[in-house]
Amino acid sequence: MTDAAELRRRTADLLAAHPPTRLPPPPQNEGPAGPPLWSATERLDFLRARFDAGLAWVHFPEGLGGLGAPRALQAVVDAELEDAGAPGNDPGRIGIGLGMAAPTILRFGTDEQKKRFLRPLWTGEEVWCQLFSEPGAGSDLAALATRAVREEGGEDWVVDGQKVWTSSAHLARWAILIARTDPDVPKHRGMTYFICDMTDPGVEVRPLRQITGEAEFNEVFLTGVRIPDAHRLGEVGEGWKVAQTTLMNERVAIGGTRIPREGGMIGVAATAWRERPELRTHDLHQRLLNLWVDAEVARLTGERLRQQLSPTLNSVRAGGAPMGQPGPEGSGMKLAFARLAQEISGWEVEFLAEDGLTYDDWTLRRPDGVDFTGRQAGYRYLRAKGNSIEGGTSEVLLNIVAERVLGLPPEPRTDKDVAWKDLPR
Amino acid sequence: MTAPVPPATEPDLLYSADEEALRDAVRALLADRSDPATVLAGLESALPYDRDLWCALATGIGTAGLLVPEKLGGAGASAREAAVVLEELGRSVAPAPYLTSAVIAVTALLGCDVDRADVAGPLAALADGRTLGVLALPLTTAPGGAGEPAVRADADGALTGRVTSVADAAAAELLLVWAQGPHGPAVYAVEAPADGVRTEAVTPLDLTRPLAHLALDGARGSVLATGDRAREAVERALLTGAGLLASEQLGIAEWCLAETVRHTTQRTQFGRPVGSFQALKHRMAALWLEVASARAAARNAADALASGSPDAPLAVAVAQAYCAPVAVRAAEECIQLHGGIGMTWEHPAHLFLKRAKADQLALGAPGRHRAALAELAGLGAP
Repeated sequence: MTDAAELRRRTADLLAAHPPTRLPPPPQNEGPAGPPLWSATERLDFLRARFDAGLAWVHFPEGLGGLGAPRALQAVVDAELEDAGAPGNDPGRIGIGLGMAAPTILRFGTDEQKKRFLRPLWTGEEVWCQLFSEPGAGSDLAALATRAVREEGGEDWVVDGQKVWTSSAHLARWAILIARTDPDVPKHRGMTYFICDMTDPGVEVRPLRQITGEAEFNEVFLTGVRIPDAHRLGEVGEGWKVAQTTLMNERVAIGGTRIPREGGMIGVAATAWRERPELRTHDLHQRLLNLWVDAEVARLTGERLRQQLSPTLNSVRAGGAPMGQPGPEGSGMKLAFARLAQEISGWEVEFLAEDGLTYDDWTLRRPDGVDFTGRQAGYRYLRAKGNSIEGGTSEVLLNIVAERVLGLPPEPRTDKDVAWKDLPR
Repeated sequence: MTAPVPPATEPDLLYSADEEALRDAVRALLADRSDPATVLAGLESALPYDRDLWCALATGIGTAGLLVPEKLGGAGASAREAAVVLEELGRSVAPAPYLTSAVIAVTALLGCDVDRADVAGPLAALADGRTLGVLALPLTTAPGGAGEPAVRADADGALTGRVTSVADAAAAELLLVWAQGPHGPAVYAVEAPADGVRTEAVTPLDLTRPLAHLALDGARGSVLATGDRAREAVERALLTGAGLLASEQLGIAEWCLAETVRHTTQRTQFGRPVGSFQALKHRMAALWLEVASARAAARNAADALASGSPDAPLAVAVAQAYCAPVAVRAAEECIQLHGGIGMTWEHPAHLFLKRAKADQLALGAPGRHRAALAELAGLGAP
C-alpha cells in the first residue's frame, strides 16, 4: 500500500530529477503579475515526467499516471509540488478532460484507449470537450437525437446531429459524445458513448453568444462524421450507463475547494459597501447583512462537506461519519451557491446606482474559462443567471436532493417503456 | 471600515466519536422517556418539567456538568458536547431546563471567581444536576444587551426590583441576579424560595419552556462578582447561550423535516404518495439545504465557543441570524405539509412550532444579531 511517506519520497525524487526553474518575471509596467512563466517545453517535460512517475492522479493505476494509492493522498503530492514551485497542468483550461473524460475512460476504456488518451489529456497537450446536451435535450439528456449509424460492412460509425453548450469546443482536440444508436428501444437503452475527433471532417464549431455578450460556449454541428468503432467507449446501447459515470464525476468536482471568509462575490459586494458610504441606504444595509450571513453559512456548509470527504483531516477521528465518496449533497451546495451569486450580484448592481446602469464591454469575446468575480457588477449579474441552469438546473437538483437524499418517492414516468422514436417531440 | 479578520484556525465542523456516543445516550433516554406524545401529556400536568427525566439526563448521563471543569465537579467537556445535548433536546422538544441551568447559569458562575467557596459550591451543585439555577434576565436578552440592571441592591445585599419573562425561574433554586449594587452592577446569588422572592408564572407561547416574572422585595443576595468581572460573566453566559441555542434550533428543524418526509411518503392523495409531487418535494429539498446549512453554522458557533476563539462573537451572531429563522420555517412547513392533522393539538408539530418561534426571540432576535454582525464584520450602517 502506498502511503503518504512513500508519496513524499517519490515526489522528492521527481523534483530532484526535474528541478523546477522558471523564466524571469516580465518587466514592470506590463500589467499585474500573472502566474509564473515557464518555457513551454520545460513545463511539458515536467508534467510528462510527473505523469510517468505516477504522481498525476495517485489513485489511478500504475502506468496510467497513478500508483493505485488512496485518492485523498493526492493532496500530499500537490502540497509538496506547490511548495517546490513546480508547474501545474492548468486544470481550469482542461477541467472537462480531467473531471469527466478521464474517469470515464479509466472505467470503460480499452487498454489501447487508456494508453492513447490519458497522458496527453492530463498534461494538457490535448484539450477535451463534452458533446452531451442538445437543443431538444437539456435536463432530459436521455432524449437526445444525434444519430450514430454503423456503416454497413465497415468498422466506422457515421454521426449526424447537433450539440449545444459545449465549453472548450473551439480549443478541443477530442470530445466525449453520446449518440442514439437504436431509436426502436426506450430512450435510456438506445444510446452509445464515443470518443469523437474534433478535427475530423463534418465537425463544425460555432460560438454561442450569451447574455453577457461573450461566447464561453459553442454549438457543435456534426454532419456525416466518421468515428471508428475503436473509439467507442463501452458496449453498443450502454451509453447511458457510461454517461452516468461521467455525470457523477461532474458533480464531484463541485464544491471541492476551500473558500475564505468573504471569498467570492460577497467579498466584492462588502468591499463596495465599505468604499462607497455615500451610496448606502437602510434597505440595502439590511439586505447586505442577510446576504453576508447566507454567504458565510454557505461557506461553512461547503467546508463541512469538505471535512466529511477528507480522510487526511479525519482519519484520526475513528468512528466518525463515513467518508470518501461524495454523495448527492454536492447538488445541494450548487443550489445554494447559484441562489447566492444571483442575489448578491443583483444587490450590487442596485447598490452602485448610476454606475449600475453601465456595462463594461459588449464585444464578442471567447474566454478560455469563466471568471465569476472578475469584470464588473453588470457582467456578474448577467453571468450568474447561468448558475442555476448549467450543470443541472436548480429544479432538477431539487428533485435529486428530494429523491436521493430524503428518499421521497419518484415522479411517475410515462416515458420509461416507450421506444424513443414513439416519444412526443 | 475594514474587512473582518478571518479565524486563525479552521473550525472543526464535524462530530467526534465521543460526541456521537453522547448523542446516542441522550437520544436513547429521550426516546424512551420523553417522546413528543409524553411531552404533550406532561404539559397538562401542573409540573413545569419532569423531575425524573431531568435527573436521568443531568445526573445519570452527566450532561449538566459538561461545561464545568473536572476539578470543580463537572465533566470537563466543552460547548461542542453541550451543543450535541441541545440538538437532541430540540429534536424531542423536551421540557428540560438544560439551556437555562446547565449552559447559561453555569457559564455565568464560571465567569466568577471559582476559587471562592460561595462560587464553587453552587457550581458543583449545578454541575451534578442536584440544583437548578437561572440567570435572572428576560429570555429575550441578547449578548451585549444586559444593560443597566432592573434590580437594585442595598449595602446589606437586600435586592429589590422586577425581572420579566425569566425562563425556568419558577423551578429554580438558585437565582443569579444582575443588580445595581452600591459600587455598580454586580452578580448576586439568591436562594429560592426565600423571603422576598416571588415568581409569577406567565402563560408562555412555548409550553415546553416555562416563563415567570420575578419580583424581588428585599430578598437576601450575596455578591458573587462585581465590575468588569460581573459584566464579562453575564456577557459570556449570554453569548454561550445564544451560540448553543443554535444547536437546539437545528434539532427542532431536523425533527420537523424528518417527520414531514416520513408523513408525505406514507400519505396518499390523488392515487400516489403526496411526497412524489414536485411542488412538495422541492419545498422539502429546499428545507434540507437550510437544515444542512444550519448544522454547519451551529457547529461553527459551538466550536468557536469551545476553543475560546476570538471569532466566537461573529460565529454566534451568524449562527443565530441563520438558525433561528430556519427552525421557524421548518416548523411552519411541517404543519403545512402535514395538512389537516398538522394543525391539531394531538399531533406534536405545534409543540415544535411554539418552541421554534419562542427560540427566535430568545437571546436576541435575528435582527439583533445582524446588527451585532454589522459591527463585527465591518459593514457599518448608512
